[in-house]
Amino acid sequence: MVKITIGAINKVPGSSKNYKTGDWRTLKPVIDMEKCKKCWICYKFCPEGCIKKTDDGPETDYDYCKGCGICAYECPFKAIEMVMEER
Amino acid sequence: MAKITIMGNMATALGAKLSRPDVVPAYPITPSTLFPEKISEYIADGEMDAEMIRVESEHSAMSACIGASACGARVCTASASQGIALMSEMMFIAAGMRLPIVMAVGNRALAAPINIWCDHQDTISQRDTGWLQFYAERNQEGLDLMIIAFKVCEDKRVLLPGMVGIDAFVLTHTTEAVDVPEQELVDEFLPKYKLELSLDPNKPMTFGSFGTPEFYQEFKYTQVKAIEKSSDVIDEVFAEFKKKFGREYRKIMPYKCEDADVIILTMGSMSGTARAAVNKMREEGKKVGCCKLTVYRPFPGKELMDLTKNARVIAVLDRDISPGFGGALYGEVSAQFVNEPKHPLITDYIIGLGGRDVLIENFEEIYDKSMDAVKKGRVEKPVEWINMNQEVL
Ligand code: SF4
Ligand code: SF4
Repeated sequence: MVKITIGAINKVPGSSKNYKTGDWRTLKPVIDMEKCKKCWICYKFCPEGCIKKTDDGPETDYDYCKGCGICAYECPFKAIEMVMEER
Repeated sequence: MAKITIMGNMATALGAKLSRPDVVPAYPITPSTLFPEKISEYIADGEMDAEMIRVESEHSAMSACIGASACGARVCTASASQGIALMSEMMFIAAGMRLPIVMAVGNRALAAPINIWCDHQDTISQRDTGWLQFYAERNQEGLDLMIIAFKVCEDKRVLLPGMVGIDAFVLTHTTEAVDVPEQELVDEFLPKYKLELSLDPNKPMTFGSFGTPEFYQEFKYTQVKAIEKSSDVIDEVFAEFKKKFGREYRKIMPYKCEDADVIILTMGSMSGTARAAVNKMREEGKKVGCCKLTVYRPFPGKELMDLTKNARVIAVLDRDISPGFGGALYGEVSAQFVNEPKHPLITDYIIGLGGRDVLIENFEEIYDKSMDAVKKGRVEKPVEWINMNQEVL
């Protein structure tokens, strides 16, 4: 259980990764691997750093992807579609 | 105990020096500039072992204070007016992070129009930042309250920043005799302090971390409990100070209030004039007393209620104005009484803005106006502006 600390001190270093900002998403980027040319522009533009380079192409980390849509906007091959998040 | 004659800024700087701060980040601003000047002189002369950080703005000054304080250093700074307005964002953070930074203030008006003279608007406007607020009447109080502020703010039950206000020019640049407490006694009164948790590269942690809607309200609650608790701590520290140095402080300092029909509330340097005016009016048989607030945050509401409950009028003097409402102190005093079935009439007098002198005859006028309300049994004009120059309107 989280307890209020004096000065909102958090003693666990790097604990922001426990906060899954992917919760904030309303639209979700979905990559069409058929269209993807592995140019890695989406990887460079993602402000959250949550697109990973893999041999199979870009992989989105949905735990932290906020659904901003920048990747979809920047993809020169229209390989990324923003779809409504269903939870 | 040595007696010397010094200006108010030198008194707060001396109070700071005696408190042995480790770090003093500061950006100069009239009328507080002499404070950082004096501190840098102390350091250059080898009289003070502290690091002075020369910053590029007051916002940076407070940011540096926060960083140094989170590392466990004893930290102080000084500012005024526009400088405090620029610091405001970081002042909220200092309080939320529960860092016992102490700031000396030369209370000055805010632009526009530009004005460098005495007024309490700068600090009153920061009353909701979560800082403790002390106001001095004399240079001696400025010196003593600096030492007292460190002790209160660093108390484990408190851990909050605090400020000591001295009136622009009336105190900052006016020379008065002060008793200088001996360093040895100050060291006993205010020993070295250690934050339980402080920033350390070998043990990384976050201060003032993210507070989502699930936690923010509870966090603020604990912060507010701490400033409420500081009320008792202030009493204890005042008592200890008296024992050690002989000078007495109380959150409110009443004068001839026992049988008074009218009790005039003041803050800062005008409190001395208030006492002179009370003496004069008492000789004329008027039942009037005055009371100064040495502590404005935490608000000494209970103490004020106990003091004034038998008076017929509380005349609140505000050297500040909340436009569209009235004086800040007036609002708070009124709120204190609002649930009492019977209470004195409460009147507000806006006075001394932007360095206008506060005179004995002003207090006489305030007394007359207040007694007029008693005769009528009601306050017709709750907020009145005193000593107005009608010709320029
Ligand atoms: S939607 Fe935004 S956050 Fe999510 S992967 Fe694309 S660029 Fe990154
Ligand atoms: S920008 Fe488009 S094409 Fe390039 S790697 Fe990302 S998804 Fe593939």
